[in-house]
Amino acid sequence: MDRFSWTTGLLELGETLVVQQRGVRLSDGEEKVKFDSGVLLLSTHRLIWRDQKNHECCIAIPLSQIVFIEEQAAGIGKSAKIVVHLHPASSNKEPGPFQSSKYSYIKLSFKEHGQIEFYRRLSEEITQRRWENMPTGQAMQVNKDTQARRIRAVGIVGIERKLEEKRKETDKNISEAFEDLSKLMEKAKEMVELSKSIANKIKEKQGDITEDETIRFKSYLLSMGIANPVTRETYGSGTQYHMQLAKQLAGILQTPLEERGGIMSLTEVYCLVNRARGLELLSPEDLVNACKMLESLKLPIRLRIFDSGVMVIELQSHNEEEMVASALETVSEKGSLTADEFAKLVGMSVLLAKERLLLAEKMGHLCRDDSVEGLRFYPNLFLTQS
Amino acid sequence: MHRRGVGAGAIAKRKLAEAKYKERGTVLAEDQLAQMSKQLDMFKTNLEEFASKHKQEIRKNPEFRVQFQDMCATIGVDPLASGKGFWSEMLGVGDFYYELGVQIIEVCLALKHRNGGLITLEELHQQVLKGRGKFAQDVSQDDLLRAIKKLKVLGNGFGIIPVGGTYLIQSVPAELNMDHTVVLQLAEKKGFVTVSEIKSSLKWETERAKQVLEHLLKEGMAWLDEQAPEEPQYWLPALFTELYSQEITPEEAKEAIP
Repeated sequence: MDRFSWTTGLLELGETLVVQQRGVRLSDGEEKVKFDSGVLLLSTHRLIWRDQKNHECCIAIPLSQIVFIEEQAAGIGKSAKIVVHLHPASSNKEPGPFQSSKYSYIKLSFKEHGQIEFYRRLSEEITQRRWENMPTGQAMQVNKDTQARRIRAVGIVGIERKLEEKRKETDKNISEAFEDLSKLMEKAKEMVELSKSIANKIKEKQGDITEDETIRFKSYLLSMGIANPVTRETYGSGTQYHMQLAKQLAGILQTPLEERGGIMSLTEVYCLVNRARGLELLSPEDLVNACKMLESLKLPIRLRIFDSGVMVIELQSHNEEEMVASALETVSEKGSLTADEFAKLVGMSVLLAKERLLLAEKMGHLCRDDSVEGLRFYPNLFLTQS
Repeated sequence: MHRRGVGAGAIAKRKLAEAKYKERGTVLAEDQLAQMSKQLDMFKTNLEEFASKHKQEIRKNPEFRVQFQDMCATIGVDPLASGKGFWSEMLGVGDFYYELGVQIIEVCLALKHRNGGLITLEELHQQVLKGRGKFAQDVSQDDLLRAIKKLKVLGNGFGIIPVGGTYLIQSVPAELNMDHTVVLQLAEKKGFVTVSEIKSSLKWETERAKQVLEHLLKEGMAWLDEQAPEEPQYWLPALFTELYSQEITPEEAKEAIP
């Protein structure tokens, strides 16, 4: 009985039912086992037994396990039987009800008859060995390992070959790309040389180049990504493009600035604008160059650079010095505040909160207490309580 | 004896010569500008052709990007200077790095309460990759460094500090001078440093060591462990992510500062 495996009882693809019989008892050799009353099914591939009371209890054995079969006639009080002699269980057999058995045969007792037909059909199947022509999961037990291994090997070699081809293709692409890149860089280098020559001419003839030409030249440099050494001092790095950008920014940032108390750090602006654009993003330099032109273009927003180097965009209507007055009130109310605490109270970023407090200190309204516990600001009592 | 260049006549002659010279100068510049304009158009075509064949390579291949950037630097070209540059518009290099910049800013902001604005390049790399998701292009540490170099211009205090074999990325406008940097490098080995270690390794006076450590504490870049066995230890949260991978809230972070 140890050749049996638990099964769902469902037929596999390619497996066909040949005959079935109710009322069959299984025995392990000469010993009775608990498989007392069940339906015995013969398929092209297996012998399946299902318990009549408990349909969940279902076991099967591949027909390939069968060496030969014998008939055993009925006797008084004894049903007719078929004795099935079996090969030893294969090592990779699916788990079944018995781990081991001292018998190499089982007995099928036909309590409700039907053994003659069943024997005939079973003989036929064993002779014809139809399971060999129609491989399914179950029926390939003995040959399964070697065959599967063979199939797998072909598959892997095929995949490896494809990967190798892909690798070669990629390598070819890259070397071609590098070649093309080198050629491109040669041409770019020529452009750089030319621009240097023009820049030198401009330097020599200071002020002899028209504004129009300057604008053109700067836009050429911008397109190539060439740094702008000569005209930067006189005209700044901005170009027409940056002027347009500045006007755009004034439009885009109006509402966000109002929502954030009239002031935003340049990093905030960078993230906001680029997240909104999705494509054709601004470089950090583009943003700075555009912002530097805000004032001269008389736009409603402006760039401000704090002593610390922190750069912000403010609404023209925003007056940081006035905000300082309200900051002083807030700090006085609480006695003292750190930049973190102030930021949380007012709903600002810590960066800008710190700048405001520093400005207030610069203007003499606040005093600092600088310790390992952090930087804390107090109202400047030296000033007020003179 | 004629004295050359003197007298009203000479002055007038000189002025005429200068005016002619000026004219010529202007003409020369115009000529060259026209030439540059033409060459620029040709270059644009070449770049377009290159892009149509190899745009993918730039996007997908970090090593190729490094090569590309190095070549540009060699000839004196900055492909990331402007989104309006040819390189950006046609190769899409710009968008790649500018977007990366946004992601870097966001990661640094999110973790600032924990590490005071200092983060290792490794951790930044990990976090950025996490944020980008499975289907995004691969991003290398070299890419991150280039993006950060560009972000410096925004005035937010982005800095790159070499420590050990890697880098610490600073994302807050805290002043870190040479003294601070060298102490950070010392701390990198174990994640923490003590006054004695600084004194013995760097041969500093106690006062100097303490000043540097206190500055780091104040900025939130170092945390003090007073319960350490021999002497207080100054830990850098930026360096101990492997040990303490749990999220720490701003409140908890504040409690850790004495």
